[in-house]
Amino acid sequence: MKRELVCIICPRGCRLSVEGEGENLIVTGNACPKGKQYAIDECTHPVRTVTSIVRVANRVDTMVSVKTAAPIPKEKIFEVMEKIRAAKVDAPVASGTVILSDIYGTEVVATKNID
Amino acid sequence: MEKHDIVVVGGGPAGLAAAIAAYDKGVTDVVVLDREPAVGGILRQCIHNGFGLHKLGRELTGPEYADAYRLEVEKRGIKVYCETTVTGVNADRVVTAQNKEGILKIEAGAVVLAMGCRERSRGALNISGTRPAGVYSAGTAQKLINCEGYMVGKKVVILGSGDIGLIMARRMTFEGAKVEAVCELMPYSGGLTRNIVQCLEDFGIPLYLSTTVAEIHGKERLEGVTIAQVDANRRVIEETKRYIPCDTLLLSCGLIPENELTRGAGIPIDPITSGAVVDENRETATPGIFACGNVLQVHDLVDYVSDEAEIAGIGAANFVKNGATTGKTVETKPGNGVRYVLPQRVHTESGKDVSLFLRVTEPFGRVRFTVKSGDVVLATAQRLKAAPGEMEKITVKSEKLAAAMEPITVSLEVL
Amino acid sequence: MYDVLIVGAGVIGGMLARQLSKYDLKICLLEKENDVAMGASKANSGIVHGGYDPEPGTLKAKLNAEGVEKLYKVADEIHAPYRKNGSFVCAFGTPEEEATVRELYERGLENGIPGLEILTGDEARALEPALSPAASLVLNVTNAGIVCPYEMTVAAIGNAMDNGADLKVNFAVESIKKDGELFTVTAKSGESVTGKYVVNCAGGYADRVAAMVGDDFFKIIPRAGEYMLLDKNEGSRVSHTIFQVPSKDGKGILVSPTVDGNLLTGPTAVMVEGPSSTETTPAGLDAVARLAAKSVPSVNFRQVITSFSGVRASEKSGDFIICPANGVKNMVHVAAIDSPGLTCCVSIADYTIELLREAGLALAPRADWCATRENPHAFREMSDEEKDAFIKENPAYGKIVCRCETVSEGEIRQAIRQNPPARDIDGVKRRTRSGMGRCQGGFCMPYVMRLIAEERGVAMETVTKNGGASTPIIGKL
Repeated sequence: MKRELVCIICPRGCRLSVEGEGENLIVTGNACPKGKQYAIDECTHPVRTVTSIVRVANRVDTMVSVKTAAPIPKEKIFEVMEKIRAAKVDAPVASGTVILSDIYGTEVVATKNID
Repeated sequence: MEKHDIVVVGGGPAGLAAAIAAYDKGVTDVVVLDREPAVGGILRQCIHNGFGLHKLGRELTGPEYADAYRLEVEKRGIKVYCETTVTGVNADRVVTAQNKEGILKIEAGAVVLAMGCRERSRGALNISGTRPAGVYSAGTAQKLINCEGYMVGKKVVILGSGDIGLIMARRMTFEGAKVEAVCELMPYSGGLTRNIVQCLEDFGIPLYLSTTVAEIHGKERLEGVTIAQVDANRRVIEETKRYIPCDTLLLSCGLIPENELTRGAGIPIDPITSGAVVDENRETATPGIFACGNVLQVHDLVDYVSDEAEIAGIGAANFVKNGATTGKTVETKPGNGVRYVLPQRVHTESGKDVSLFLRVTEPFGRVRFTVKSGDVVLATAQRLKAAPGEMEKITVKSEKLAAAMEPITVSLEVL
Repeated sequence: MYDVLIVGAGVIGGMLARQLSKYDLKICLLEKENDVAMGASKANSGIVHGGYDPEPGTLKAKLNAEGVEKLYKVADEIHAPYRKNGSFVCAFGTPEEEATVRELYERGLENGIPGLEILTGDEARALEPALSPAASLVLNVTNAGIVCPYEMTVAAIGNAMDNGADLKVNFAVESIKKDGELFTVTAKSGESVTGKYVVNCAGGYADRVAAMVGDDFFKIIPRAGEYMLLDKNEGSRVSHTIFQVPSKDGKGILVSPTVDGNLLTGPTAVMVEGPSSTETTPAGLDAVARLAAKSVPSVNFRQVITSFSGVRASEKSGDFIICPANGVKNMVHVAAIDSPGLTCCVSIADYTIELLREAGLALAPRADWCATRENPHAFREMSDEEKDAFIKENPAYGKIVCRCETVSEGEIRQAIRQNPPARDIDGVKRRTRSGMGRCQGGFCMPYVMRLIAEERGVAMETVTKNGGASTPIIGKL
């Protein structure tokens, strides 16, 4: 099976081809080793960092931005979004504070300071 | 009148990086003026990740990138006046600003302009039809959603495949909206590939190239848009018109440097970049006034904004310490396949290497750039591909530069 | 119970209310939209026409000749911005057009218009260097000017309200019934008001309001005019208002500075379905750009910041219709007020008041009447020193909300409080210019919404762009 991908590791956007099955994947078109790893990951277990917002309950119309501290499986994006949407925090919040833990092996952390 | 060595207008990524660089060059009396309640500029609403890989070596979200610079500013004790809007700058480097305490006049040894840019509005795009609620520039919707927690619509069409448009397609999808289409007037997207993959392809959102929004419908709230393909002259092809019901239209059709203060100071503007004409120190034609970041030229990556701001910050510090840069200058000019070159003017005998930044006119495959002064080749560079959405940088060595007697032209040939 | 009910809070109804407020009368303006000046009054050329154009002997000729100086005087009193910039009416080399210029000059003399002169193309270009080299003969109309039509309306109604007049918005008149000496005017919402006299100033809808009392002797012909407004960078391209010689479709495409410093181009003249057909069209906007370039070739249409369309309330006679109703006593129609209606708003109001007097309305002057309105733009007209002192007393004026037009939080709050109060985003825009500039509200809109929500004590989700269901926000996340 052959898959065509565009590498997203850097803005260069190499066009990658992946051939083979299971463990034996051959990547071409990559300009660097990161591209090869990306192609293999994308074909075997694609992951994404989810970024969103969480309401700050004790401030008027204030949201704190959050992210998954590490990428999560791509197919779990909407499940994670459900959990993020249900979450609330109270200010003050410091960037890096854990908002949700145990999210597919990682956590959701704040990315902004709310005084 | 208040006096400071350097006044930085704007506390976004450009202004903060310029202030830090000037301070580190030994000019510690720096003040940053920002109209918002907190510094960081537009990054504060850009909650997505992808910032900082080039500059800081780690992948950050917008607020984190801004915070990294804010911390550096605080560490140095650089003064920041928030909720302070600059209303005028004059050629004598007197900066007039306004805040809740009154009108502020500051006499500056040097000024760094870092006001950023704004989005092209519906009016500037001349989209015909009605004028209902629900038509947003993408950044306005981004602010309402990401900073204030208000949802702007459920069924969305996005015009323009610039990065903000792509990011907002994903953002709206995450918050439960259905993005019906992203339309792009040009035959190619202006956005980064990673954004096309992660914001559209991941969610099956269609991208229609050579397509525009021809009409807007709905009296009170938006009810739908007519989209249509365009021909090579970007004119609507009537028979391709198609109605898409939607309650929200987001516009992401380009950014325009906000140079009202620059014009007010009488500083010449480059009609192509819509930013000031500058030299390699990012000094404008008015001595002691520098410009950097998106007010100078619209960048694709904030990392490069920071790079450019450091050049301007150092330039401003040198101006305060040593006065204006003297010596011979030559102009730079875009040649074949190149839309613009920045800086537009270069001192040839400064003894320093100079990087030229440029954008190409259309997407190309393998190309070679040649930097020439008359018949003298100053530098060449090859690229596997080149696109208008990605800024190119070519460095000219100081010894080569010293030989430049005539205007410097950058052109490309397709390999 | 009111003495006078005015249907329609455009510039005509608004100025009538203002002129009537001099007398000891209870007045109420009834407006179907969420704000005043929502029809043709917010989307027209904003020109004070010299008066050379109307056929001698018509009501338009009479009221235009009287109206110009009256308008300037009232504008001064109520702080409605205007500028006497003069206008040019240009022929472009053809004998027919040049003959028209001479004819307009003669007609202007006959209408009693002062300050008219004919210039050669070169003489005109000496005054207006950007004028096309093709302009060959030019009527110079020195008494002409520019005003902001919606600010004129807001100011007139604000002054009327300060003097005790009432304004009911979202009051779409559905029926007018007369029982004895008393009218009952009922809105679509079911709300009703009673009054002794009714004046129909319903603009594009004047024929429908007339039909409510059985009058069908005129029919409004809605004709749309599309415009493009350019950035202030283009605002000094010309100093005069540049017309082309008029044709049967109207006064043609003009190029004019605005009182706010922008450049305005337009209008087209196209028959449309109804008075609410205010959509712009690709053909219309193309025509504006093409025809404007005929007068001023150097206009840079890359500097367009917005386009819009207004619908003229025309009628086949070509003249204003200002007369008592046929179907019922004590009602006056003020209809078919197309160009030069804005110029004539004060003279029309005074003329209408005479008709009301003839119908029996008692006009007892009020001793406490105040001709002036608090200047809503006092802050922006201050020097830096004055601003500094003012901000120290009123800190909200120090916080800039609209960066393109330099509008402060204080000015926006003032517009939401001052008569007639701004109730929506567009209302704030028309009163303060917040969102009127080059970014078209991209940066300031969320902030303006918050100020409206705060001042009016409502939720952000209910703040509208221009009333009804025009809410930009659909809910909280």
